[in-house]
Amino acid sequence: MRPFAYERAVSAEDALNRHTDDAQYLGGGTNLVDLMRLGVATPARLVDVARLPYDRIEHRADGGLVIGAAVRNSDLAADLGVRDDHPLLAQAVLAGASGQIRNQATVGGNLLQRTRCPYFQDVTKPCNKREPGTGCPAVHGDNENMAILDPSPHCVATHPSDMAVALTALDARVRVRHSGGEDVVPLARLYRSPGDDPSRDTTLRPGDLITAVEVPGRLDMPARYRKVRERASFAFALVSAAVALDVADGTVRDCRIALGGVAHRPWRAHRAEDALRGRPATEASYRAAAEAELAAAEPLSGNAYKVTLAVNVITAALAGLGEDA
Amino acid sequence: MVSGSAPPVRANIVLTVNGSLRRLTVDTRASLLDALRETLGLTGAKKGCDHGQCGACTVLLDGRRANACLALAVAQDGSDVVTVEGLADGERLSPVQEAFLAHDGYQCGYCTPGQLCSATGVLREAARGWPSAVTADVASEPPLDDAEIRERMSGNLCRCGAYQGIVAAVREAAR
Ligand SMILES: Cc1cc2nc3c(=O)[nH]c(=O)nc-3n(C[C@H](O)[C@H](O)[C@H](O)COP(=O)(O)OP(=O)(O)OC[C@H]3O[C@@H](n4cnc5c(N)ncnc54)[C@H](O)[C@@H]3O)c2cc1C
Ligand code: SF4
Ligand code: FES
Ligand code: FES
Repeated sequence: MRPFAYERAVSAEDALNRHTDDAQYLGGGTNLVDLMRLGVATPARLVDVARLPYDRIEHRADGGLVIGAAVRNSDLAADLGVRDDHPLLAQAVLAGASGQIRNQATVGGNLLQRTRCPYFQDVTKPCNKREPGTGCPAVHGDNENMAILDPSPHCVATHPSDMAVALTALDARVRVRHSGGEDVVPLARLYRSPGDDPSRDTTLRPGDLITAVEVPGRLDMPARYRKVRERASFAFALVSAAVALDVADGTVRDCRIALGGVAHRPWRAHRAEDALRGRPATEASYRAAAEAELAAAEPLSGNAYKVTLAVNVITAALAGLGEDA
Repeated sequence: MVSGSAPPVRANIVLTVNGSLRRLTVDTRASLLDALRETLGLTGAKKGCDHGQCGACTVLLDGRRANACLALAVAQDGSDVVTVEGLADGERLSPVQEAFLAHDGYQCGYCTPGQLCSATGVLREAARGWPSAVTADVASEPPLDDAEIRERMSGNLCRCGAYQGIVAAVREAAR
């Protein structure tokens, strides 16, 4: 590992000032320390932002939340207001990693964790995300767990966060501090498609500091996070779905559908949502909506199974909610 | 990847380890696990994978279970750390340790220090009413049944497959 300087920031201002070109912010370190050990990340300076005073969750009367970026994943999932008003979010956080890692990981770090693509993590292999211009061996290689929606010939990696999938369904936004002030960025604009520059996971610029996540008021409809993985616990998603469903008189009035494990970004399934609103609340409608979304899928040599899996996960998750409704 | 030509950076930190104040000088690259094992000679916490995947390095960090391999020692300056060496009260084993003995919660013992610290953390989390991924209603405070124990302990792997004994031990310690 390359030697690095370590500094603890005491305020957002201080963090921004300490962030130099060769620096990285440090949250819980559960992803960054691993990537440094693998030689994938080589910062010369770490600016620790895990102890900034962004460790609280504010609750609004309408159920809206302002979650500090330094809140630990486990504290988010354990928060009574979150569990009451946004069970979908608590479920997604609890579906990720292990009890130990959730105790260490911060909300900011969770959002910005890097892909688990095996080539990205192996510095002896080419990878456009790690070293732009070297190529993407996953396109024709080990791609069972790669993206099926919105892939690029330059990168087919998926975003690994469970929490971000729920936040995408909830229309969450992040507060970003930078030298010019503060922006509030919807998750849909935080994450990006790989296009011809997969080195950037997000639209943030170097030195931008996430200080909080804003979640709008509570959804007045039942919601659920479903995650399919290779073992029952402690594994990343093959496919996951955050769904919400509002049914009245047997008809779908409103819905939310977001997917994990299928794209470079947490994927909001707008086509499926549009296809489902106004339809009868039946399994056939759920499946048709899921198929409408996945019609755009471009599977690789090893991951066509994900198309079927995604349709089934969406259908089953919605059907489960339909029964509650 | 070879380390750059930059010289190592060292830092002075203070930790409370198993109740004693310890001042140490660490390379900023050192994990908490390496600081405990190499600098302080506390070899109870084990290095299984060094990537957060096995739980053998689990310690209690400010009272909560954490993987010491993913924590930089320098970033824990000022923290309270309890390792497996600090679970017992003198000669008196903790309830979790007693239960692991009574239920054969180990075979080779390599994963055991991590299992013991993790189980201790699980009991605290359950006592605070934390839900898990298998809790049907996350707004509820679930009882610690076997399904809950398995899910909550899933960050601790055991190559010997002593899982049945581990679940029985945690179940008993939770009573
Ligand atoms: C074995 C294992 C299994 C896992 N399984 C899952 C899983 O199933 N599902 C899942 O979702 N996750 C999983 N994870 C990933 C885990 O959730 C992340 O490692 C964790 O959330 C990252 O948070 P952190 O605070 O430790 O981030 P760090 O590692 O500290 O940082 C991650 C990135 O975010 C940047 N950063 C941190 N905070 C800020 C900020 N405030 N502003 C700007 N940039 C910031 C850092 O510079 C770095 O680039 C797993 C991890 C491991 C090791
Ligand atoms: S899929 Fe993306 S991250 Fe993986 S090797 Fe290709 S460019 Fe790298
Ligand atoms: S050694 Fe830390 S989790 Fe395996
Ligand atoms: S007892 Fe041998 S690895 Fe668990």
